[in-house]
Amino acid sequence: MDPAVVDLSRLQFALTALYHFLFVPLTLGLSFMLFIMEAVYVMTKRPIWRTVTKFWGTLFGINFVLGVATGVTMEFQFGMNWAYYSHYVGDIFGAPLAIEGLMAFFLEATFVGLMFFGWDKLKPVTHLLVTFLVALGTNLSALWILIANGWMQNPVGAAFNPDTMRMEVTDFKAVIFNPVAQAKFVHTVSAGYTIAAVFVLGVSAFYLLKGRWTGVAKRSMTVAAAFGLASALSVVVLGDESGYALTDNQKMKLAALEAMWETEPAPAGLTAFGIPSLADRKTHAEVKIPYVLGLIATRSIDKPVEGIFELVASAQDRIEHGVVAYDALEKLKANPKDIEARAVFELNRRDLGYALLLKRHVDDPRTASKELIAKTAWDTVPNVPVMFWAFRIMAGTGLLMIALFATAFVLVTLRRHHTRWFLRLAVLAIPLPWIATELGWVLAEVGRQPWAVDGVLPTFLSPSSLSVPQLLASIVGFTLLYGALAVVEVGLILKTIKKGPFAEQEAFPTDTGPTASGAPVAEAVA
Amino acid sequence: MELPLDYPTLRLIWWGLLGVLLIAFALTDGFDMGVAALLPFVGRNDDERRTVINTIGATWEGNQVWFITGGAAIFAAWPMVYGATFSGFYLAMFLVLSAMILRPVGFKYRSKRPEAKWRSFWDWSLFIGGFVPALVFGVAVGNVLQGAPIKLDSDLRSTYHGSFFELFTPFTLVCGLLSTSMLVLHGAAWLAVKAERGPIVDRARKFGLVAGVASIVLFAVGGLLASKLGFRVEGVVDPAGPSNPLRATAVAAPGAWFDNYVRYPWMVIAPVLGFVGAAFATFGLLKRQEGLAFGGSSASAAGIIATSGLSMFPFILPSTVDAHSSFLVWNASSSHSTLFTMLIVVVLLLPVVLAYTAFVYRVLWGRTSSAALKTDPALY
Repeated sequence: MDPAVVDLSRLQFALTALYHFLFVPLTLGLSFMLFIMEAVYVMTKRPIWRTVTKFWGTLFGINFVLGVATGVTMEFQFGMNWAYYSHYVGDIFGAPLAIEGLMAFFLEATFVGLMFFGWDKLKPVTHLLVTFLVALGTNLSALWILIANGWMQNPVGAAFNPDTMRMEVTDFKAVIFNPVAQAKFVHTVSAGYTIAAVFVLGVSAFYLLKGRWTGVAKRSMTVAAAFGLASALSVVVLGDESGYALTDNQKMKLAALEAMWETEPAPAGLTAFGIPSLADRKTHAEVKIPYVLGLIATRSIDKPVEGIFELVASAQDRIEHGVVAYDALEKLKANPKDIEARAVFELNRRDLGYALLLKRHVDDPRTASKELIAKTAWDTVPNVPVMFWAFRIMAGTGLLMIALFATAFVLVTLRRHHTRWFLRLAVLAIPLPWIATELGWVLAEVGRQPWAVDGVLPTFLSPSSLSVPQLLASIVGFTLLYGALAVVEVGLILKTIKKGPFAEQEAFPTDTGPTASGAPVAEAVA
Repeated sequence: MELPLDYPTLRLIWWGLLGVLLIAFALTDGFDMGVAALLPFVGRNDDERRTVINTIGATWEGNQVWFITGGAAIFAAWPMVYGATFSGFYLAMFLVLSAMILRPVGFKYRSKRPEAKWRSFWDWSLFIGGFVPALVFGVAVGNVLQGAPIKLDSDLRSTYHGSFFELFTPFTLVCGLLSTSMLVLHGAAWLAVKAERGPIVDRARKFGLVAGVASIVLFAVGGLLASKLGFRVEGVVDPAGPSNPLRATAVAAPGAWFDNYVRYPWMVIAPVLGFVGAAFATFGLLKRQEGLAFGGSSASAAGIIATSGLSMFPFILPSTVDAHSSFLVWNASSSHSTLFTMLIVVVLLLPVVLAYTAFVYRVLWGRTSSAALKTDPALY
């Protein structure tokens, strides 16, 4: 593979995925917040709650379409840019994507139209159900895509089939109930809920600071404070679940984000600060908090946490076994009926992926020297400084969010919505959870390197056989298109916020809901 | 574990489901594309264009999922085909995706600002979002019928030995024009059913009549040109064998795409449906029988798509450059177990999807009116 093709393919995937992931988390959370707001409207029948719901619904809509638009790219990009990956693991990876389409995308996309167009066509309870189904659809979509992604991190329930030269499903249940996938799902959707809560809190705080539309703002702030506190707590608690290391690669990821070169004896301490150095394979100026890492990673105080050196040594061992598997596979390719080769392959096939790592340096892994194998074992270490800092910023932001929402919750409970220093903080906090979620993606996917699928298929073997000009054309094209759409989107969101929650009722005075009362009345009720 | 359905049967079912998904996509999202392609021409002022957009405004999103799910289903059931075609047709796919990205934003953002320039910009974006995919999909199917310059190595890594411009040959252009006129006809029929009677419907009918006649002519021309195309499998391929195209041999055999109609005469239903449907649609538009027009355009699209699939059976994608790199129904699927599991998923979920889709269309039943634009704030 041309290294430039690999790098450009990765760049395009990272750009499109990170961009897509700007919109999706807000959709995940805001859809449920809309359901909560509308439920209050249906129960209390107070028109202001209808205004609250429709206002956030308008912002939801502007954001939702970009999630949909950029999601189209994601669905087809595996085939376009990662054709060998698609062939190699499509038997397993394709299934959750197809189920996502059938179970989730149809649900959210079919009902989202009715959610916007059905206010006067449906009974209030039916419309509430429609809103719920949209929220359910978006969240189910997260479930299935994270089952797919979880399998890349922890490829359970599958084995290599030499007759078809690919991985095939052996246990579909194991793929679905993959513990890594489950942990990722709850962590990711809670992050989405937190983003939505911060967004609603921040915009409401802006209104309160300006003294405009305070009735809508106070109610929205109350919902955001409660929803946000629960979400921020679960992101951090459930994120800890993702830290529970199960496999070699997960262990490597943990060691990398801790910049933990040597095995940490029990009870392992967590590095609060340090300056990791790739050149020295050492972390300078470490500050450690005792016991914490052991609790997170091993759920115990008596087990050590393996460091990078030890994990590299075991990778080297697996590469050696992998070469044996590779040799047997080559014999099987020449003669599928070679019984002896098949037996050898069966014994060593779980390490086949490790032999493929050598293909970065030699065409035929069987010709690799001992030194090359030792060197290649170090390829299994992801970029330690990136991991180390991404984790600290992400986790730190997570803790900040808990503090933010705990304060919001107390203030709202005491009915002190107008605390100005807090309102200013809430506005400033709006971008923070986005930074944290994007870094979360970086942690998960950079931490997975050098693998596309952990221990199975290296990233550098996964791309399509494309040319550099083709990739440059699509990267430039997507960047321009996405960039322009981002400008338009942010512009429209700001415009909608500026026009405020009653813009629609002012433009369409007849649409005031079943218990007709105009904007001024609703504001007076507030 | 012994599965209740054998491997060849499952492969055949999934080949059929592939057709069903493509047809469902053409029938639902197809009229969205047709309507979008007609938008700047059948709507002459802002109110008219809004009326046109709102005939599909609430439902196009669900329709588009047929496209996405279709892609994902190819990934799940025919992973090699998914990888080899989408990477092979890379820039064409990029073009389609860029055009389709414009649609969601076009629908939503157009009505957010009143300026004429802003709205006109999104009108033409929506036009691109309808016209470009409609054209490229046909060109793509034409390339599949022609065979693609794809070669597999011993690791089953595929390489594409062609360029973007080589995708456009007289035959594939005819296919592209056919798919465009087929979907424009379908979109015109939808407008005739769904838009307020008046100038919009009148204009849509005129465009639809042209598209209907064009569909019939282009389908016939395409058929003539296709008589010079075709591939045959040499030797025996085990329908229950492993999914490994290297183990089969296939060679070009001009005319072979008509073999199936001799071997299985019932398959003639598909092309007949393609012609008769388009004829009924045209007649319906002419006589102002909108229901007949829409039924006819649906039948025509289904027939035309089915014709391409049936003509090629058991090929899914033949290779023009290598005798051992053609994808067949019998050698390019997922594993027996994945096909079975996914079939269960489809059997359980698809009826539910169809049921709630029907519910949504029922709630939104009736023609969109320009009067509603003044009173309903939800409308685009």
